[in-house]
This record gives sequence, structure tokens and C-alpha cells, in this order.
Amino acid sequence: MQPILEIDDLRKSYADGFEALKSVSLTINSGEIVALLGPNGAGKTTLISTVCGITQPTSGQVRIGGFDTLRDFRAARALVGLVPQEINLEPFERVINTVRFSRGLFGKSRDDTKLEQILRQLSLWDKRDTQIRALSGGMKRRVLIAKALAHEPQLLFLDEPTAGVDVELRKDMWNIVAGLKASGVTIVLTTHYIEEAEAIADRIGVIAKGEMLLIEEKMQLMRRMGQKQLDVQLSSAVNDIPARLAKYNLLLSNDGLTLTYTYDTRAARTGITKLLSDVSEAGLVLRDVATRQSSLEDIFVDLVHAEEEIA
Amino acid sequence: MNIHAVKAIFMFEMARFFRTLAQSLISPVLSTSLYFVVFGAAIGSRIDQVEGVSYGAFIVPGLIMLSVITQAISNASFGIYFPKFIGTTYELFSAPVNFLEIVAGYAGAAATKALLIGLIILGTSFLFVEVSIAHPLAMITFLVLTCISFSLMGFIIGIWAGSFEQLQLVPLLVVTPLVFLGGAFYSITMLPPVWQVISLFNPVVYLISGFRWSFFDTSDLPVVLSLFAIGGFTLLCLAVIGWIFKTGWRLRQ
Repeated sequence: MQPILEIDDLRKSYADGFEALKSVSLTINSGEIVALLGPNGAGKTTLISTVCGITQPTSGQVRIGGFDTLRDFRAARALVGLVPQEINLEPFERVINTVRFSRGLFGKSRDDTKLEQILRQLSLWDKRDTQIRALSGGMKRRVLIAKALAHEPQLLFLDEPTAGVDVELRKDMWNIVAGLKASGVTIVLTTHYIEEAEAIADRIGVIAKGEMLLIEEKMQLMRRMGQKQLDVQLSSAVNDIPARLAKYNLLLSNDGLTLTYTYDTRAARTGITKLLSDVSEAGLVLRDVATRQSSLEDIFVDLVHAEEEIA
Repeated sequence: MNIHAVKAIFMFEMARFFRTLAQSLISPVLSTSLYFVVFGAAIGSRIDQVEGVSYGAFIVPGLIMLSVITQAISNASFGIYFPKFIGTTYELFSAPVNFLEIVAGYAGAAATKALLIGLIILGTSFLFVEVSIAHPLAMITFLVLTCISFSLMGFIIGIWAGSFEQLQLVPLLVVTPLVFLGGAFYSITMLPPVWQVISLFNPVVYLISGFRWSFFDTSDLPVVLSLFAIGGFTLLCLAVIGWIFKTGWRLRQ
């Protein structure tokens, strides 16, 4: 796999001392979809802005397609498309003109066949001569994507593409992203919707307070998420876990009333049946059982909180 | 050099000009024509010749300068202020362009608009007064340089402005007085000596003087001085813009 984006020890701090990015390193391969998850103010937009040249880094290096974003800024930037979070468009301009403008701005000669293809892909072709102010919010966001794609970039940044968008439009956006991936574009998107990252990303990165806390294959994360917990509530409290149950690695709650068993839902045998019969054979009386699944959300919240505690 | 980008910005800006033709072209031409009617044809016929030229003809170069300067500034300042206002500058900063290309696109379009308006006003003036052009090449040179330099100045104003009010402020409070007191309607030799000296600090005096020379072969100040003044002003504006892009002043958060 060829890396399309290499970020090395990227830092950004402001004059007032605020560190928006603290040593971020990241490699993104050609053809993948990476979702950057993080709470508001985590540094997601700063990271994207710095890669795209809107914000100047304090130190560190960014290479796009092997080109340094400062030294070879023309070659590097020509490979990148950016869809910003805010819908900022010239209200009186027509769709086709604003998309044509973007293509030229990024150094490509006029090619109306290509633009037609992009506008059709985004279901905007029928609206090509419409003034932007007459479009709905969802359509405007598509125009932003069309502008970002106009110069046929290899790497596309989508900054919170579904912020403030209803469920249907969000699904719509996911389909668009899948379509773009199929056409060979590498996509980096930021979101704070975990289900969004789950639905469309190949890899998921978690960013908080200007640091990349983790970046992992989605499947690997899902496997971690695949862990389930079974809480066995007892009628009367016990002091210790009976020897018969030692092999299950149970956790006993402080009040002695709950035993917690962790298992993998994907395993051929979860061991639940055996555990429950062993529990009754050990002479314990069940009051209730309940299962819990740790979600990406839990992992995310844990990570972010752990970070806050260290800080 | 990203020629496609310069062209894209230029065409985009010119499209706005043609879309709003009534406001961008007809209104400045109309209002200048009113000056020709009032000062040239009506009152002008009762005023003596100035420097050997009829008053109606004498004010033509100054009036063209007044329109060209105003238009260059307002077009260029709006051209960059509007994207800043609606937040589309992200695209400029993430594009493979340097500041000279951005400026060439925006200021180039504003200068072209101003030049078109200047030429149309010049054509209109022939309808009202008798004007002859002694040095056509110098006339065009002065006109083009003025369009360019004040478009650059407008570009700076557009970046500086934080609101639409501020966008109007400099043209209204600084440029209009400088042009009116810059000898658009009189020769500075007609002023009392003290005011003649004070006038020399007004850069527009050099422009109008040089421009008028290209029409009537007479001027208040040496033509070379006028050329130096406008050349220096252009370089100064370019240097300021270079500094703005280097530091990101008023452009980046």
C-alpha cells in the first residue's frame, strides 16, 4: 500500500500558548477511508487545516503523495480536496460556475465533461444552472463536495460532513462516500458520530486535546467491542468467588452480590451455559442476569477521560 | 505559475461585473456624464479657459481619474472582502497558488473593470465637450497604471475591512477628498502658494497632472515625477500585500 498522506510530529501552538496539536503523527494509505473521531475542540479541524495549508504548522512535516506541503506546496495541494465544515458558498453564483472556478483555481484546464461526471455522481447535474442560494442545505453540501472534487484530487478531506444533517441525508452522504471510495479517492473524514465512523471507515482514529490517542483498523476495534459482559446477581452476598468458578476469571462486586463474566461474542463457545450451571452447582442462588456490550463509544469515552485524568 | 488559477479568479470576478452591469457599469458612466453636462456644457461655458484649454475639456482627465480610482478601489476591495465575509477564502488558501497569482486574479479583474469604465467615460466625454489627446500612448499608460495601482490599494482595503461600513470608509473619507483636492476640477497653480505646497503631499495630484499632460501637453508638475509617483505607489501596494500574505494579517485566524 502506497502512503498518500504522511504526517510526522506535527505541532501547532498559538501565540497565547494554546497547543491545538501536540505531536501528531499519522500515515494514511491510498484508497482507504479514515475517520477521525473526537469531541468538539479536539483539534480535528486544526489538523485538516494544517495539512491543507490553511493553517501554518508550528513544527513538523506533512507529505502528500510524497510532496512536502511547504516546500512543494503546489504539487502537494493539487492532490488534495477539502470539504469544510461550514457551508460557505457564493450565494449568487450558479452551481456549474462555482465548480468550474474551483477546478481552475487548483490548476486544471477547463473540462466540462469531467465536471458533468462529478455533478451527475452527486445528483447535482439538474441543478447546474441554479443559483446556490436557491439550493437546500443538503444540496449545498453536495456543491461543496463537487468543488472539492473538481480538480480530481487523490485525497479528500471531509470535515464533519454530516454535522447538523438529518438521518436520511446522513445515509445519503455515506453512500456518496462509498461511491467516492469506489472511484479510487482516499478519504479522511472527521465526525463525532461513532456510528458514522463504524458505518463507513476502514480505520478509526481517536483525537482529543490535540493528540492522536489511537488509530486502528475498524475490525480490530470491533473485536475489542465484541467483548460482552454478563452480570450474575446473587440472592445473598458472598465473600469470595467459589473455587469451582475460578477458571472463569470472574469479578466480584464490592457488595458481594454481583459476579461479572467477560466473554467474546464471536467465540464458538461463550461458556455461558457452563458458567450458569457451575454457579448453581457451587450452591449460589441466582436473582437476575444481565448482559452489557462495550461499544466504540465506551472505548472512546474511556480514552478521552483517561487522557483528562492524566492531564 | 498557476495560470489556470489566475484565469479562474479573473473570469469569476468578471462574471460578477457582467451579472450586475447596471450597477457596475451604467451608474458610474451616468454619474460622470452628469458632471460633463453640469460643469462642462452648462457652467463651463461661462468659465475662462484654464491653461489654454476650455474648462469643459480641462476637467475630462480629472473626471476619468475620479471614476477609475473609485471603481478600481471599490471593485477590488469588494472582490476580496466578499469571499472573506462569506467564508470562502479557505479555498484560496488551500489551493496551489501563491499570493501574486491571487492578487493578479482579483486586482487584475478590478483593474480591467476600471479600465473599461474609464474608456467608456472617455468615449462619452466626446459627446459633450471637445477633447483632443496629445499623447495617446502616455494616456493609456497612465490610465492602466492607475487602474492597477488603485486596484492593489482596494485589495488591501478589502483585506483590512472588518465590515461593509469600513469597506466604504476609506473610499469615502480618504479617496474622494484626495481626488477632489487633487486638481480634478482646477489647476493647482490656481491655488494660493501655501495650498500649492500642501497639495504636493497629495499623491493624486501627480496622477491627474500627468494624465492631463497626456491630453493637453500642459501639466502642473513634471511628467517624469508623475510616472515615478504612480510607479512607487504600485510597488508600495505590492509590498504591503506581500507582507499581508506572509503574516496572514486579517486573513487567517
